[in-house]
Amino acid sequence: MKNRLKVLRAERDWTQAQLAEALEVSRQTINAIEKGKFDPSLPLAFKAARLFGLTIEELFQYESASMS
Amino acid sequence: MKTQMETRTWAERVSHSSLRLGIWTLLWLITLALATFGPLFLWPGQKAISGIAVVINLAVGIGMILAHIRNLKNQDELQQKIQIDAMALSLGAAVIGGISYSLLDITHLIGFDAEISHLVILITLTYVLAISAGKRRYR
Repeated sequence: MKNRLKVLRAERDWTQAQLAEALEVSRQTINAIEKGKFDPSLPLAFKAARLFGLTIEELFQYESASMS
Repeated sequence: MKTQMETRTWAERVSHSSLRLGIWTLLWLITLALATFGPLFLWPGQKAISGIAVVINLAVGIGMILAHIRNLKNQDELQQKIQIDAMALSLGAAVIGGISYSLLDITHLIGFDAEISHLVILITLTYVLAISAGKRRYR
């Protein structure tokens, strides 16, 4: 699953640690999501989308290749 | 107490539950040492006291398990995944490794008795290595 987390975070001049604190997760989790190594749960995806004032679809893009 | 918990940040809650887990683990180790060495050096021949020491160790052990569950629930979803993957691997290693080790003992392919402590070491090493690998994988 692709996402725009890194771009949106950079636009707001937030660090990974600040975003992690806002979403109540560890900095490692933010880093793993940004790098596409870890897909967040639906509640966390909603929380992130709400934080950026976007819909989930605007923040995360589903890729069928990631099914494997 | 509930209000205090709610006003804590997520990082503070994780730190607090990790500290509680550390304290429970330390208490369990102390009671284990007492139950193991007490009958040898502190109260030799006193079976009733030895029994009480074992019951206390068991009770503290249950407290440690509950503290571990609470700590796991406080972790974020990636940390939980890393922990659960490591625990699954440790359980697999314990069952498969334990049975193979026992077979080696039963069939006299090893010249010593299969000890439970060796299994505990295997579980601990598997868990630590799996946690380390999980943290590296998502770095």
